[in-house]
Amino acid sequence: MAVPHSEPRSSEHGSGFIDKYVFSVDHKVIGLQYFFTSCFFLIVGFAMIMLLRWQLAFPGQPLPLIGRLLPMTWAPDGILMPEFYNQLGAMHGTIMVFLGIVPLGVGAFGNYILPLQIGAPDMAFPRLNMMSYWLYLPGGMLMLLSFVLPGGAAQSGWTSYAPLAIVNPGQTVWLLAMVVIITSSLLGAVNFIVTTLNMRAAGLTLGRLPIFVWAQLVTAILLLLAFPPLEAAAVLQLMDRIAGTSFYLPAGLVVAGESLKVAGGGQPLLWQHLFWFLAHPEVYVLILPSMGIVAEIIANGTRKPIFGYTEIVASMIFIGAMSFIVWAHHMFLSGMSPRLSNFFLVTTMIISVPSVAVLTCLVWSLKGGSIRFTTPMLFSLAFLPLFGIGGLTGLPLGLTVTDIYLHDTYYVIGHFHYVVVTGTIIALMGGTYYWFPKWFGKQLNDFWGKIHFWGTAICMNGIFFPMFIQGLAGVQRRLYDPTAQLHNLSTQPLNVVSSVSAWLLFLFQIPFLVNIVYTIFKGKRCEENPWRATTLEWACASPPPHGNFERPPRVYRGPYEYSTPRAREDWTPQHVPS
Amino acid sequence: MKGNYGWGLPVAASTFAGPIDFGIKLIHAAMFAIFILWAIFFAYLLLRYRRREGRSAQAGYESPLKSLIPDFFVLVFEIALIVFYAIPNWHRIKIAGPSPDTALVVELVAEQFAWNFQYPGPDGKFGRRDVQFIEPANPIGLDPQDPAGKDDITTVNELHVPLGKPTILNMSSKDVIHSFFVPEFRVKQDIVPGMKISLWFEPTLAGRFEIGCAQLCGVAHSMMRGDAYVHTPSEYEAWLKAQSGQAPATTAANAATGNSNGSSTF
Ligand code: HEM
Ligand SMILES: [Cu+2]
Ligand SMILES: [Cu+2]
Repeated sequence: MAVPHSEPRSSEHGSGFIDKYVFSVDHKVIGLQYFFTSCFFLIVGFAMIMLLRWQLAFPGQPLPLIGRLLPMTWAPDGILMPEFYNQLGAMHGTIMVFLGIVPLGVGAFGNYILPLQIGAPDMAFPRLNMMSYWLYLPGGMLMLLSFVLPGGAAQSGWTSYAPLAIVNPGQTVWLLAMVVIITSSLLGAVNFIVTTLNMRAAGLTLGRLPIFVWAQLVTAILLLLAFPPLEAAAVLQLMDRIAGTSFYLPAGLVVAGESLKVAGGGQPLLWQHLFWFLAHPEVYVLILPSMGIVAEIIANGTRKPIFGYTEIVASMIFIGAMSFIVWAHHMFLSGMSPRLSNFFLVTTMIISVPSVAVLTCLVWSLKGGSIRFTTPMLFSLAFLPLFGIGGLTGLPLGLTVTDIYLHDTYYVIGHFHYVVVTGTIIALMGGTYYWFPKWFGKQLNDFWGKIHFWGTAICMNGIFFPMFIQGLAGVQRRLYDPTAQLHNLSTQPLNVVSSVSAWLLFLFQIPFLVNIVYTIFKGKRCEENPWRATTLEWACASPPPHGNFERPPRVYRGPYEYSTPRAREDWTPQHVPS
Repeated sequence: MKGNYGWGLPVAASTFAGPIDFGIKLIHAAMFAIFILWAIFFAYLLLRYRRREGRSAQAGYESPLKSLIPDFFVLVFEIALIVFYAIPNWHRIKIAGPSPDTALVVELVAEQFAWNFQYPGPDGKFGRRDVQFIEPANPIGLDPQDPAGKDDITTVNELHVPLGKPTILNMSSKDVIHSFFVPEFRVKQDIVPGMKISLWFEPTLAGRFEIGCAQLCGVAHSMMRGDAYVHTPSEYEAWLKAQSGQAPATTAANAATGNSNGSSTF
């Protein structure tokens, strides 16, 4: 049951600059802190891959312009060292997943929007919320710092498979940072679950929750249940590195001619099971909030209710539950019993059905609509076919037999980047345009928004589509020098296409960044509810004052009452009495 | 050999190419068809229901049952793939496999960053290996005392197999995880230290093919390559003879003694 609440909880909110903007307990400030920090990490992760893509496109050639600025240990004479290349690859994955997308989708959008959409004055535990952020930031900084520490950053892939990760330099700091980051996520997850279940406005039953809130709730539950095993696994790997244990090491290893003096008895595959037990649910953590965002924007931009609300919510819950029993589809060829693969094959095929259902409902939602091609809508509409490509290409990877050939090739890289880049990132950009007026009371420039949209959508395809062709030709992932193997030569020109697209993609982000900064400082105030949206976050001022709502709102109807027959306007807000 | 590779699947050179390529092509055809149909429908919706003056959206919540149609087709297609394609072929490729009596058996020891192959030699018996004997001249740690190992043939980054007969590779790793990948054979299998993992294939084409490593194994992962030579049976016999003439890689001078405490799976 929704519990009505009369007093804002975070009444100890101070008034000094430090209390207000640095150690704030206000979910909106924390949300924006998460927003800017995760954008920073996304840019860093993107910069790393832009460097790496130089080596892929022009292996062994000196990096022009910035090459000379890089330290000798990274790129002597501007030529990337293989160690540094592997650091870039591993840290790109880690930063994008754990410091970029999750904090943006959950920490920023979830934190800011979820309490507003349920009509709450703040999160259930404002101080815990502050603590999540203040673990995330130092954890992330520690991760970045590792580049300049002795041994450099981690260079064993974001998956950190043992024994490589245990014998390679750089891993210790990665593990320490991960423990901090995971702790931060866990605190956040508890907070989101409690807030959603306990702090809803009067009349806001579960069946009236916006889909975005459902997506955040399922996401938080996934984080809460999937992260602890990885945290434990990371501590064990840390012990293997610094305390001489061998949880993941068998006896009798000879590394670089030296016999490794460990007791043995450990199993490298144990790490993989524990890692993917987190990392598969994690990919749904990456995508569910975006699906929620897209649903909100589509309902608003078509001016009609979302098609199949119940089906979408049920599918999300089902996806969440299933995501715990598909992890070993990443391990069909890992050396685990091939008989076990059949089980994970079946669960993987099952989980694809609710994903198709969500996508189909979102497409059906267009039918009968009055579609406005606003900037947020463009991003949300592009999400549908592009995420569709990501989903479809998961099929040959999830089928054991075809995965034999495609596993660990660029096909995989193409597949999951279609999901997380043309899916998640596109949706998060759309969400930024959509909720920016909420955050700052000002609207981003539409013309530059559209330039940003088209440039981004085209470049993203230019980066990732060639990867499918490379994968089919057998090009493996994580190659420092793709020309060192004959079978990779024929598709080498595609690496140039991909890299050039990546650099162009960067150029197209400049209007976006300028748009954000300019609008914050110079933009004109817009209406309180410029999209004429029905959900509760628009029932308070933009930006909302501390404590959010003047009076605790009361909810009278479902979230998407657009174009209701006989209504005065084509939108009937949730909080307006009939 | 460069002619084996283009922008699509490489030349098919083993019996696995049949089922695997069939699957890849079928699924891509289906994906393509689904995507095109879907894109047409999507474009139609965008055009037909774009905002126009004087027409408002229709608010009806339609019955979601209709939307289950695509899910239903996906489900049927996937069940068919699982039952008739994936499970039987996976069984044939990764679970069943030929009997060692009818196949050529080769031991593979992977390391950073090389593929070491061991053939049993004329006696048909593999010499014992142990980590304590590993040194630069004896990368796989062949026991110099073991008579079965005296005639063993070892090669580095070169796998030689005959046509018309399956090959079984018994694989182990000295250091980290590697993955044995021959694009033309459509085979791939991780090699995990501490485990002995078998892989088999039956070549259908003579020639030279590429062995690549598919699992990040360190700084020179991309350089970890080798060649798989598929010979006609008579050529293969000739190669074996030529190799048997040479001394095995172990040198007697390094005959260390002492009890083995290495792992049994190495
Ligand atoms: C938009 C810009 C992006 C570009 C151009 C890009 C490009 C790439 C490329 C080329 C690789 C392969 C590196 C290799 O083979 O060694 C890669 C790996 C990866 N990317 Fe991205 N990516 C982008 C965004 C993202 C995002 C948003 C995420 C996550 C949410 C992500 C997650 C990963 C992961 C997990 C890996 C695997 C890293 C590893 O091999 O350990 N990427 N990316
Ligand atoms: Cu997965
Ligand atoms: Cu390798």
